[in-house]
Amino acid sequence: MEDATYNALAAFAQTWGLLLFVLGFLLVIAYAFWPGKKRKKEMDDAANIPLRED
Amino acid sequence: MSTIQDPIPAPAKSMRFGEAGLLVVFAILAFCSIIVAAKAYSASYAFHAYIFAAASIAAVFAIGNRYMDRPAGPVPQEINGKPNYNFDVVKVGTVLAVFWGIAGFAAGVTAALQLAFPMFNFDTSWFSFGRLRPLHTSAVIFAFGGNVLIATSFYVVQRTSRARLAGDLAPWFVVLGYNLFIVIAATGYLLGITQSKEYAEPEWYADLWLTVVWVTYFLVFLGTVLKRKEPHIYVANWFYFAFIITIAMLHIGNNVTIPVSVFSHKSYIYWSGVQDAMFQWWYGHNAVGFFLTAGFLAIMYYYIPKRAERPVYSYRLSIVHFWALIFIYIWAGPHHLHYTALPDWAQTLGMTFSVILWMPSWGGMINGLMTLSGAWDKLRTDPVIRMMVVAVAFYGMSTFEGPMMAVKAVNSLSHYTEWTIGHVHSGALGWVAYISFGAIYCMVPWLWHKKEMYSLRAVSWHFWVSTLGIVLYISSMWVAGILQGLMWRAYTSLGFLEYSFIETVEAVHPLYVIRAVGGILFLIGGLIMAWNVWMTIRTPLTEAERELALAPAE
Repeated sequence: MEDATYNALAAFAQTWGLLLFVLGFLLVIAYAFWPGKKRKKEMDDAANIPLRED
Repeated sequence: MSTIQDPIPAPAKSMRFGEAGLLVVFAILAFCSIIVAAKAYSASYAFHAYIFAAASIAAVFAIGNRYMDRPAGPVPQEINGKPNYNFDVVKVGTVLAVFWGIAGFAAGVTAALQLAFPMFNFDTSWFSFGRLRPLHTSAVIFAFGGNVLIATSFYVVQRTSRARLAGDLAPWFVVLGYNLFIVIAATGYLLGITQSKEYAEPEWYADLWLTVVWVTYFLVFLGTVLKRKEPHIYVANWFYFAFIITIAMLHIGNNVTIPVSVFSHKSYIYWSGVQDAMFQWWYGHNAVGFFLTAGFLAIMYYYIPKRAERPVYSYRLSIVHFWALIFIYIWAGPHHLHYTALPDWAQTLGMTFSVILWMPSWGGMINGLMTLSGAWDKLRTDPVIRMMVVAVAFYGMSTFEGPMMAVKAVNSLSHYTEWTIGHVHSGALGWVAYISFGAIYCMVPWLWHKKEMYSLRAVSWHFWVSTLGIVLYISSMWVAGILQGLMWRAYTSLGFLEYSFIETVEAVHPLYVIRAVGGILFLIGGLIMAWNVWMTIRTPLTEAERELALAPAE
């Protein structure tokens, strides 16, 4: 019984789980490092939030 | 006070829902606490119930007084088009952090002296090593670190959202309620109340209280972010969010306990054995990962750019840093249970993720350090920057050491030895405390409208004295740990253990003395800071500073 639970969980983690995490990570990288002026401006703006006086 | 001369409040004034609600809640809590105190099974639990009763009654009076004194209308969100920030709670949190820091370092020094010279146990159960040690860890992590995190998060979230802190009484409830938890936890350890789980020692009633405080904390933080004027949520707030949410999850998960009775402090966990151990170290390691890392990385991402007056080196890297760190850290806990009853696959999983964790950690470290690129001279001229940059360097060092120690082969040597203590303190003193000191040195002048700390020379002294302390501390513990590890596993040619345990204790004694000296130096550094903070707050404003302070809501 416990073995079956373990095997099912492990099988899921080693296939779909792995895929999900890799894809998620690639999405983050793609978002953060997407080339182009627009994304660069967004990033520069965000980086300057603490420095803009209010 | 003014209510005595003016007993009739303006007619338009009425109690807010939160004020009236909290008055009732605290009145009921006071009543219940007194009943529990009267019927408690043990004197120490009765003592805690009385503390709850006294705190509740004090809260009733405080809320009532505040209502009498406050103006009738709602608190303005903006004054002259600028956010009307709520910095009073931040001030209280900052001062409490300094106070608890000194208390926690002093408890640590005493515990270190006890190991080297047992007479420092003072022949009383209250201050014996077994009780003082959790007092030390909780005081530095939760009391000092926790107050730093609450104070800085309330500061940063307002500033980077350009909005006043959400809630009226809620932020006060968070700061004061959290510190009540600290008092209950700390006095409990000395009285012998503990559930004996590392970093999760407080018993069920303290845990319940903390849960309420923590959920309120989350709501205040979330509410502030939701009403932000700045479209983007700055990366520091992401780290604070991860810290708050994960700690809520860990704390509740690791404390699913059933009390013996409502009149007893004792409780038992719902699950037991290896499940409990696994849950405890999932909690324990992520307390390191999300309390002592994510929260303080948030400080790094705000205070270093602000102080250096240049944006973070790479905002893109900070996003990858965030997601990689939180997704990997959560799996690393099982490395605390190598070679135990925990299944092998779980141990290997913990080890593997610990090693992978090295990458996001160093990505973050490089991001913090390189923020200074092009302005390295500030390291020489500004002791506050120096403190924060050395903190980040220590972060890099301890996040290299940690994954290495999580490897099973290394762990078989290092586990249960002083090496672990050395590693923890290179992280806690070098990284957590230094980035906190840096944040305090930044924030105290900002909050009290001063141009700079009372004495930058004193900051420099603090830096050098405590750095010397850290070096003595961690190098002595490395030597002691490896010495212990090698002596414990040494066999004679006949297959007997070569050394008795007491011989290993004798061998590490000089190193224990060196560690205590290192701790004393670190405490002296803390005292220099406390004096400096006190003088900065007390010194009257100069003409120029007063003009700046009076300028409408900066």
